[in-house]
Amino acid sequence: MDILLSIVTFIPLVAASILAVFLRGNEKSDQNNAKWVALLATTATFLMSLFILSGFDPENTGFQFVEERDWIMGLSYRMGVDGISVLFVMLTTFLMPLVILSCWKIETRVKEYMIALLVLETLMIGVFCALDLVLFYLFFEAGLIPMFLIIGIWGGQNRIYAAFKFFLYTFIGSVLMLVAMVTMYLDAGTSCIGGCDISLLSHQFGSETMSLMGYQIVGGLQSLLWLAFFASFAVKMPMWPVHTWLPDAHVQAPTAGSVILAAVLLKMGGYGFLRFSLPMFPVASDLFAPLVFWMSAIAIIYTSLVALVQTDMKKLIAYSSVAHMGYVTMGIFAANQQGIDGAIFQMISHGFISGALFLCVGVIYDRMHTREIDAYGGLVNRMPAYALVFMFFTMANVGLPGTSGFIGEFLVLMGVFQVNTWVAMFATTGVILSAAYALWLYRRVVMGDLVKEALASITEMNAREKAIFAPLIIMTLLLGVYPVLVTDLIGPSVEALIHNYQAALPMMETVAEAASH
Amino acid sequence: MISSDISTVLPEIVLAVFAMGALIFAVYTRKDALAPTVLWATAAAFVGVAVWIGAAGGDANVAFGGAFIDDAFSRYAKVIILLSAAAILLMSQDYMTKRGLMHFEYPVLITLAVIGMMMMVSAGDLMALYVGLELQSLSLYVVASLRRDSVKSTEAGLKYFVLGALSSGLLLYGASLTYGFAGTTVFSGIISTIEHGHMSIGLLFGLVFIVTGLAFKVSAVPFHMWTPDVYEGSPTPVTAFFATAPKVAAMGLFARVLHDAFGAGTADWTQIIALLSVASMFWGAIAAIGQKDIKRLMAYSSIAHMGFALMGLAAGTEYGVQAMLVYMAIYVTMNIGTFAFILSLEKDGQPVSDIAALHQYAKAEPKRALAMLILLFSLAGVPPFIGFFGKLYVLNAAVSADMTWLAIAGVIASVIGAFYYLRLVYFMYFGEEGDALDKPSAPILWVFLMGSAAVVVLGAFNLFGIEALAVQAAEALVR
Repeated sequence: MDILLSIVTFIPLVAASILAVFLRGNEKSDQNNAKWVALLATTATFLMSLFILSGFDPENTGFQFVEERDWIMGLSYRMGVDGISVLFVMLTTFLMPLVILSCWKIETRVKEYMIALLVLETLMIGVFCALDLVLFYLFFEAGLIPMFLIIGIWGGQNRIYAAFKFFLYTFIGSVLMLVAMVTMYLDAGTSCIGGCDISLLSHQFGSETMSLMGYQIVGGLQSLLWLAFFASFAVKMPMWPVHTWLPDAHVQAPTAGSVILAAVLLKMGGYGFLRFSLPMFPVASDLFAPLVFWMSAIAIIYTSLVALVQTDMKKLIAYSSVAHMGYVTMGIFAANQQGIDGAIFQMISHGFISGALFLCVGVIYDRMHTREIDAYGGLVNRMPAYALVFMFFTMANVGLPGTSGFIGEFLVLMGVFQVNTWVAMFATTGVILSAAYALWLYRRVVMGDLVKEALASITEMNAREKAIFAPLIIMTLLLGVYPVLVTDLIGPSVEALIHNYQAALPMMETVAEAASH
Repeated sequence: MISSDISTVLPEIVLAVFAMGALIFAVYTRKDALAPTVLWATAAAFVGVAVWIGAAGGDANVAFGGAFIDDAFSRYAKVIILLSAAAILLMSQDYMTKRGLMHFEYPVLITLAVIGMMMMVSAGDLMALYVGLELQSLSLYVVASLRRDSVKSTEAGLKYFVLGALSSGLLLYGASLTYGFAGTTVFSGIISTIEHGHMSIGLLFGLVFIVTGLAFKVSAVPFHMWTPDVYEGSPTPVTAFFATAPKVAAMGLFARVLHDAFGAGTADWTQIIALLSVASMFWGAIAAIGQKDIKRLMAYSSIAHMGFALMGLAAGTEYGVQAMLVYMAIYVTMNIGTFAFILSLEKDGQPVSDIAALHQYAKAEPKRALAMLILLFSLAGVPPFIGFFGKLYVLNAAVSADMTWLAIAGVIASVIGAFYYLRLVYFMYFGEEGDALDKPSAPILWVFLMGSAAVVVLGAFNLFGIEALAVQAAEALVR
């Protein structure tokens, strides 16, 4: 029995409990202790997760580091990673120490803040490692609690509205998934996702047309289950038109909250599509793929246009996130090697880039306490290093070749082009639009003369802030010029996924036949 | 024959003798000065009897010609009833003493109510059912109006009495119809009548009236009207008691009647129960949103929770009963902690139940606020707390009985319900600074609040093995 995954998952939780139980008082030194404990714990988690990466065999398409214990209600505590999930685990553990560093300046309820972040890290890693339906749901859903508190306690002015909207929006999406999970459990007789004798990944859910209250449901049970999962993951992702919680949550959340939200929490939706929707309901996925394509295309163009008119920096980046997630959903449902590779690549790269962009906003927000674009201008005069970093990530966000942003978008567009040329064409305009809003933002904030009086005394980034950005720049460049690092890791798993998907599709013909009658 | 009957009901007899003894002893000695002693002795007696019943185990014993059944099901329910009653008694001491309500009759009346509840979950006959129900109800009417000089408390008692009498009347009418058409009041007789013939229209009417009467007792919508007023008006410890033990007993009785007496006609009652369940879940969730009084809010919360427990029963299967039993145990645990929190809310020595008084509670009392936060999320059914597993259990039962629509309705209601639990979190953590509440004084409330929060968190590991007990209990009930 391998317990490495459990160790990685629960180090932050243990650290959080230590903070909660043993750290008393609220003096300056106590606050520092809390921060250091959190930093050490997240760093230790990252170092331990390197063992997973080094011990991981990319050629093996099954689940590795599998751990299993009996649990209640016939469920089991099963953890394991394959080529897809191991990347997300690494992304999470890599970003968390940077997130902790980014909130070094925070002064209100420091201990609680660190506890919330650490608990959240455990839950995020858990989502990507869980191999049991209910365990997955548990991690997926419990993450709402710390995020609700992070937005609600440490957020901006309108934080309460944003926190409630965030919680209830995502909650209603995922409870439908819960009912679908119960149905799947009863249908397949197991709650094991993969790697067991009978698992959901190898179970074939019924796809014969069935009638429900007088309606003919094409794709049968698979369609219903697919829709229930879609309700959850589309909200989480978020896809147009259920993305409206994201700008609110992003704007009101503190910097660390925004970074986690953009870099990891959104990826849970994409991961869910790859882990559940595509392999378990192939017939329904094929059936609904055009819907997803068009929703993604609308998302890319519409939210890019909305981003253009924003006056709030965080809101602009939030809308750009929705647009970039549009590429991800599109790539996943293209269901070919380039599409899925590109979608995963885009998620990882977006994790670095959007996280970094929110950190960029955080840097000047810490100094000026405003996110209004109009309040800035000409920062390059006082903050040359900041201008360079912001420039770099703006370009990466646009998808400049040489950065990781380019690889993801290019692969996705290539994959989608083979399946649906029109959608790929529309989506490509998003690349231009993203250049428009991102560069315009950059010009308004950084370039020009420094005319605003309030900015006259703004200070350059300090060593801590530079240290946060350094690893992100390295990763963005490294993946941009040497993408094989990622594609080699995910390649075999994605190949197996597509193979199984294609094998399940011949049933589609009978469904189409039945529908035409 | 008679001696084996007596030995089957011995726990009830012991408790009854204890209640009379305590009553006479206190009357002839120092009256109210003895009240704390009586209270602690009663709690100790409850725990002792719970251990006795829990340790007994063994096969089902039937006494008095089928009128009284002692099986795994009744033992499971009795242990929960006794333990929760003991917890509530201990929690009430501080509150009752401060308000001058610490009469020695209080623990005695609670004991009598508990005996009634034990009788209810063991009933194997319509007569026994009614006797148990009335013993419980009459005691509860009195404790609801324990604060004699308060208009609200007496109003609560009176309302409870009038509506309770109405529901008892309906139940009795149903029982008489059932007796008339089945020719017997014993459950085993009723079920064999239904098995041999079909469900006659008279029996069906009897069933509906009995269900209506019982729905009053579990406060299922649309028979819930008394609940918010009674919860608000009664002294808080009494409210806490209403929210826990009697609910378990009424649910137990519900399951007992439906499966033991009408188990052969499952199809006839699952739809009724499902409707009660949906109405309770939604109305409990929606009506709670506007509440400003935390006790009224908990009333609607308990209505919604009863809806979920009824979802288990609506499945009409053994697994459904098991789900309901697990759900009730979880519900009681969460409510004990929540009421321990509510009981500790005071300002200038006066109890506070206004939600707005919780403003920024987390700053003053971070540990208590955290415990309450955990309980609230558990009540809302958010994982990883045990409230989620309770919900998962009943959803599982509903879906496996082909009632997916009920499960979907339930989860949507739980999202609506999440809003008002979040609102409490909002007041405690995000609200503006207001006047601070008193520093909570009673250590016993702290113990129960923290203990319950710890159970809610640690229960996610294996539910403390309650699952296996619920399996046995459901097996014993559904044959």
